Amino acid sequence: MLYLSLIALIPLAAVLVRSTDGGLGGFWDAVSTPQAVAALRLTIIASFVVVAINAVFGTLIAWVLVRDEFPGKGIVNSLIDLPFALPTIVAGLTLLALYGPNGPVGLSLAFTRASVGLALLFVTLPFVVRAVQPVLLELDREMEEAAESLGAARATVFRRIVLPSLRPAILAGSALGFARAVGEFGSLVLLTGNIPFKTQAASVFIFSQVESDDVTGAAAVSVVLLAVSLVVLLVMGWASSRSA
Amino acid sequence: MGKLALRLTAVAYLGLLLALPVGFVFYRAFEHGLGTAWQSVTTPEAEHAFWLTCEMVAIAVPLNTLFGVLCALVLVRQRFRGRALLSAAVDLPFAVSPVVIGLALILVYGRDGWFGGWLLDHGIQVIFSVPGMVLATMFVSLPFVVREVVPVLREIGTEQEQAAATLGATPLQTFLRVTLPAIRWGVAYGVVLTTARALGEFGAVSIVSGKLAGQTETLTLHVENRFQAFDLTGAYAAAVVLAIMAVATLLAINLFRPKERT
Repeated sequence: MLYLSLIALIPLAAVLVRSTDGGLGGFWDAVSTPQAVAALRLTIIASFVVVAINAVFGTLIAWVLVRDEFPGKGIVNSLIDLPFALPTIVAGLTLLALYGPNGPVGLSLAFTRASVGLALLFVTLPFVVRAVQPVLLELDREMEEAAESLGAARATVFRRIVLPSLRPAILAGSALGFARAVGEFGSLVLLTGNIPFKTQAASVFIFSQVESDDVTGAAAVSVVLLAVSLVVLLVMGWASSRSA
Repeated sequence: MGKLALRLTAVAYLGLLLALPVGFVFYRAFEHGLGTAWQSVTTPEAEHAFWLTCEMVAIAVPLNTLFGVLCALVLVRQRFRGRALLSAAVDLPFAVSPVVIGLALILVYGRDGWFGGWLLDHGIQVIFSVPGMVLATMFVSLPFVVREVVPVLREIGTEQEQAAATLGATPLQTFLRVTLPAIRWGVAYGVVLTTARALGEFGAVSIVSGKLAGQTETLTLHVENRFQAFDLTGAYAAAVVLAIMAVATLLAINLFRPKERT
């Protein structure tokens, strides 16, 4: 347990301690500068949007992977894990190559707010899919068939029968995805241009503060970021176990 | 009809978000020919970055594997106060931004940090040198082995271990001959995930490294460095090296993934 403390716990405690170096007033001043507020707001809003998109598309992809049969399904299935395996900086670079200023598609998302969302969508893709897939596999199809034979439309069956049993998994996957999105750094560095007040996410803001030697300010914003992701993890974990 | 539309949507989404961008980077890296790409990944800096990345993996992965198995054993087999707390603490690296991890390490092991001054007096520089980067890598890849081994340990139960103990095996023998073989696939899967994470770590390492080309630059930092220097071919080529490693890990993941999850 010494190992855990030396590597993880003591350093994190140091962030907490350092963030209040200037007293609570100093802490508040550091996190309420316009640039810090803009960065935090961007990160939190973008993370929520991305989580919502992931919940829809993640469930859809999981559905297709479990209930559909088509050639190449195995490849698609292993492709899902790619964002976990691919270094984030490479993820950012690949998105920049295709959707950047000199990309072949001719539309440039780079250095816009949409690029923040794009990068976050890429890195958080697997969470919901991988959470929903096993539940969908286990799901008994008898209830669905019964509902269908009683004349329920496909959409009704999905909404009333399938979705309720998937909800805990969707929430759990979304919570992990959210925590990941809030802290994401590597994929944003190249793609978003890090324009303060526009595309600078909180993690990038912390990085720039460390570079300019404002360690106390960086620690304060870190604590806020940490608190946000822990609260969301707890709330979504609670909601997920309640709907189970 | 509906089924086909769903399938097309899923495949199109994945294609636009994952497959096309990654495929395009391969194209970009080799667009000036194989020779140019090869040259830019065999510059002394790139080679140094490659070996440094391997070195970090070689240190972080075995240590985290050892810790992971021990920690999983403690979490599953022992009852003590604060077990839930320990379990939550192990998961912390998942909830913490890599940048914050880097910052945390600086605050403790940096020049003005809690232990940093003392270590520096004894001739050990942690931050802005390799030990700090190893620490950062270990931090971010800490939970994987624990998370994969815990469910397996829970599933196998203790009957066989008890039988071995009754037959006179020492705890070490029991562990090596009974427990370890039973959990080996969980461990293997955890090791693969740890390796993938250690290879690709950027944020935490970037903060603690100081980014000295040819000294404290890993392959991921090298990608950024080349990109910032407008050496696009160099950046794409190094990215492709990392992507190939990632694909190799992906294949390994599919090999080791517990069957019920596929």
